[in-house]
Amino acid sequence: MEPSLARYIWTHTKKQQLWILVIVLLSMIPYFMSFDLPKLIVNGPIQGKGFEQPGATQPFMRLHYNLPLIGEVQFFSGFQLDRTTTLFALSLVFLLLVIINGLFKYYINTYKGRLGERMLRRIRFDLVDRVLRFPPRYFKRVKSAEVATMVKDEVEPLGGFIGDAFLQPVLLGGQALTAMLFIVVQNFWLGMIAAVIVAIQIVLIPRMRRRLIVLGRRRQLTARALSGRVGEIVDGIGAVHVHDTSNYERADIAARLGLIFKIRFDLYQWKFMVKFLNNFLAQITPFLFYMVGGYLVIQGRLDVGQLVAVIGAYKDLPGPMKELIDWDQDRQDVQVKYQQVVEQFTVEGLIAPRIGALTIDDPGRMTNPLSAIGLSMTDDGGAMLLDRISLQVKPGETVALVSTSTGGAEALAEAFARLNWPESGRVASGADDLLELPEAVTGRRISYASSDVFLFQASLRDNLLYGLKHAPLTSVTYDGAAADQQRWNIDEARRSGNPDLDIHSDWIDYASAGATGPHDLFEAVRQVLDAVLLSRDILDLGLRSSADLTRHTELAGRIVELRAALRAQLEHEGLSGLVVPFEPGAYNKEATIGQNLLFGAAAGPELADRALAANPYFASVLRQAGLDRTLYEMGLEIAEQAIELFADLPPDHPFFQQLAFMSAEEIPAYETLLQRLKNRPYETVSESDRAMIVTLSFAYIEPRHRFGLLSDELMNKIVAARNQFYEDLPPELQNAVERYDPAKYIAAATVMENVLFGRLGSNHPDAPDRIRSIVYDILDELGLYGELLDVGLDFNVGAGGRRLTGGQRQKLDVARALLKRPDFLILNRPLSALDQRVQEKVLQNVLEEARRDGRSPAVVWVVTNPAMAMMFDRVVVFDTGRLVEDGTHETLLAGRGIFKELLS
Amino acid sequence: MLLKDEVGMLQRVPLFSGIEPAKLKLLAFTSDRVSYGAGEILFRQGDEGDAAYVILSGRADILVDSDGGPIKVAELVPNSIVGEIAILCDVYRTATVRAASPLEALRIRKDHFLRLMREFPDMTIEMVRVLADRLSHTTADLIDARSAKQ
Repeated sequence: MEPSLARYIWTHTKKQQLWILVIVLLSMIPYFMSFDLPKLIVNGPIQGKGFEQPGATQPFMRLHYNLPLIGEVQFFSGFQLDRTTTLFALSLVFLLLVIINGLFKYYINTYKGRLGERMLRRIRFDLVDRVLRFPPRYFKRVKSAEVATMVKDEVEPLGGFIGDAFLQPVLLGGQALTAMLFIVVQNFWLGMIAAVIVAIQIVLIPRMRRRLIVLGRRRQLTARALSGRVGEIVDGIGAVHVHDTSNYERADIAARLGLIFKIRFDLYQWKFMVKFLNNFLAQITPFLFYMVGGYLVIQGRLDVGQLVAVIGAYKDLPGPMKELIDWDQDRQDVQVKYQQVVEQFTVEGLIAPRIGALTIDDPGRMTNPLSAIGLSMTDDGGAMLLDRISLQVKPGETVALVSTSTGGAEALAEAFARLNWPESGRVASGADDLLELPEAVTGRRISYASSDVFLFQASLRDNLLYGLKHAPLTSVTYDGAAADQQRWNIDEARRSGNPDLDIHSDWIDYASAGATGPHDLFEAVRQVLDAVLLSRDILDLGLRSSADLTRHTELAGRIVELRAALRAQLEHEGLSGLVVPFEPGAYNKEATIGQNLLFGAAAGPELADRALAANPYFASVLRQAGLDRTLYEMGLEIAEQAIELFADLPPDHPFFQQLAFMSAEEIPAYETLLQRLKNRPYETVSESDRAMIVTLSFAYIEPRHRFGLLSDELMNKIVAARNQFYEDLPPELQNAVERYDPAKYIAAATVMENVLFGRLGSNHPDAPDRIRSIVYDILDELGLYGELLDVGLDFNVGAGGRRLTGGQRQKLDVARALLKRPDFLILNRPLSALDQRVQEKVLQNVLEEARRDGRSPAVVWVVTNPAMAMMFDRVVVFDTGRLVEDGTHETLLAGRGIFKELLS
Repeated sequence: MLLKDEVGMLQRVPLFSGIEPAKLKLLAFTSDRVSYGAGEILFRQGDEGDAAYVILSGRADILVDSDGGPIKVAELVPNSIVGEIAILCDVYRTATVRAASPLEALRIRKDHFLRLMREFPDMTIEMVRVLADRLSHTTADLIDARSAKQ
């Protein structure tokens, strides 16, 4: 990157800089005219100069000039106006000038702002573009949070400076110089005094500010390190807790903050010191003028008028001077920041832009063998991982790489995937060096999955299809306002040197997954998910999440059919007792009292959980149904029982998992509440206390808790209250609850809850498992299996995929590699989080899936267990960075090499 | 059956006879009430042991797999406890338990059960007594079997 900020700015904005300079110079004309005008108004119409005679007129807007040699030339004789009209006319001209000046200022500021923002956008993009082109080893040394702060925060001040980068010195320098010249013309010696003081300012202040820059640089570095550390704490929070090092981290952060504070405070002290000195120097000049100038006047060597004029002119000098010095400081500050960032982003061996160039067309298959030729690889510390290996993988061949713990097979897999670069030797595809091939070829025709999986914080679907998003394949047509917006987007992107690729285009390369479009892609997805044994996990996720009804219309449309099928199946298997269905006119004994009252899914916070009892409308319904008092007394009884049972237990006791009514922390609060409310008549209890108590009864399920609190009469009353509740539901609560309706899909509930439409009986411990497998069968029968899988694919995997288990992440990574249908499938101990049995099953499935539809990709698999090598055409064994054996499974087994040893 | 009735049942189980009623109530509350039809399986031989069962009503058979199919080795009657061995030794279920009639039971989860043993030495001693008793019976059976063979 360009090391000099000034040159960087000039290269990209010279036209705009010159244009704005012209505009600024143009704006000077009305600016100076507006200085002259007040004098004309005061002297002319107000004081009456030129209007001495009543009815006298003066020409207005007369254009005449004294041209050399020709004499006076008159272009326009002007209007003849009397005194009052002249006053109005001149005042209006003044107003006009005010408006023109304002408009100029507005235009200039907007222009400068836009210029700066465009440059900021360009710099940021350039930086991220570089990150995308860094060589692999760089990432082993850099903290992601530090790079992020550099891109986000550290270049931010550049935007503000860029508009003023060239304009300010020209303008302010011009102003200062004019004032200086004026003083010198009035009196040479006074001019010299001013010049000396200005010289001191110019020399001394920037020199003092140099320390400010040093401090500023340190501030930037320490702040960046801080954000790197904070990022590390977040990423490594598990390690912090596991090792009880949170206080070590606290100490470290406190020490860093202390250092940053010290630097910042130093900075303030020094800054205000410089400011003081600067002000002092600016003020000392008038003192000298009064003393020296006054002395000269007394001596008679200077007249009073000149002295007054000099002092007057000097007023215009410190302003521009100060701003100029400020500008200079800004410049240095920004230059330092820029250099700091550029230094970090200047890396040797950057990947050439052509390697990652956008390729829309299919680059064609890799039909040449992939070979390592005299390949050596080292780790970051220089230790040898692979020592001059030569190996060729032919297309269509399946190779197991077996490695002792120091074997180095992983390094070979990484070299094949371009993840690490050779120390010496090379990896080649046919005659081409692999590193010279565009990523459009290797990234589409070679797949790679390893045990170290990175997932983006997006849905499972997005992560799975990520490997297909190489280029925008469709051009989206926009109309109306969207089209204007799109034109603006493209235009602005180009002006800032950003690419104008449309992120809203369809980037998914369906063809490479063996599909023709979105409609049949799902089949391919399902195949690979089945192959890595991930479908079941995703189905479970699907059952537990609520479906997006705009996408999964079929599920909602056939919910009645589904529910009926489930009932029929349960009936058929004699398991009807497992589920107690929700029926509009009946009490569901396996549901809580709260669920029976609400008989719907809360779709907003108003009626959810604890808010239900406190909701005024809900309370009024209970009162009308005569339930308020009953439920209050029930709540008291529950509180008493719960406290009696649990009060002696420590809060972390596992039994608390069984206490549905309150949490361990709430017990003391309920204990005091109970003391207070005991023997108090119901009428005197406050609304909020009542709600606290009634809430307890809402969580009660008779067959589960067995306190014997539910009578038939009470159940009938609850069903009646439920109907009452919906009859008069006020409009503001209409959207807060979705009523259970046997014929309707409930958007706020999970898919499982929707299909079940009832509660599992609590006295069948294996009910959930049995029901789940029945539900899967039914979905499959009704052809909704795919739909449910699709719901599961909506699941957001969380930051870095942490909402999935390690095994699920690895399976997803393999599925992603398979989906691309590559020519070379490189798998680097991809399933290490799974147990041996599952690994072998997935291995077998993956080999089958890779070859489905007559494909025959080469598969290179670094196996975790030598026994897995049996399923491959060829086995290559590595030990201490060397290739020690190479042959079919049988030949190696027959030999007496390391492979035999590893197997036994 | 209500919680307080269950407490009455538990008091009659020899294992829990030394525990005060309040604690038994807690045990009953934190356990799951489960019911099975005749012929339904509580757990199978070879499963992982995650809970013990106290039979409240009904009867169950204890079956052990053999080459010739399952053999019934014992019968469970109300107030007996079953399934505690797999919990204590972290081994797989050593037998299958099948309901011989409609059965009501209290299912005590593994972690709850271990916690109880830690907190109530009386119960633990009773537990050891029951196990030792079974062991002596088993030893006697073994001697009988050996002498019958010779």
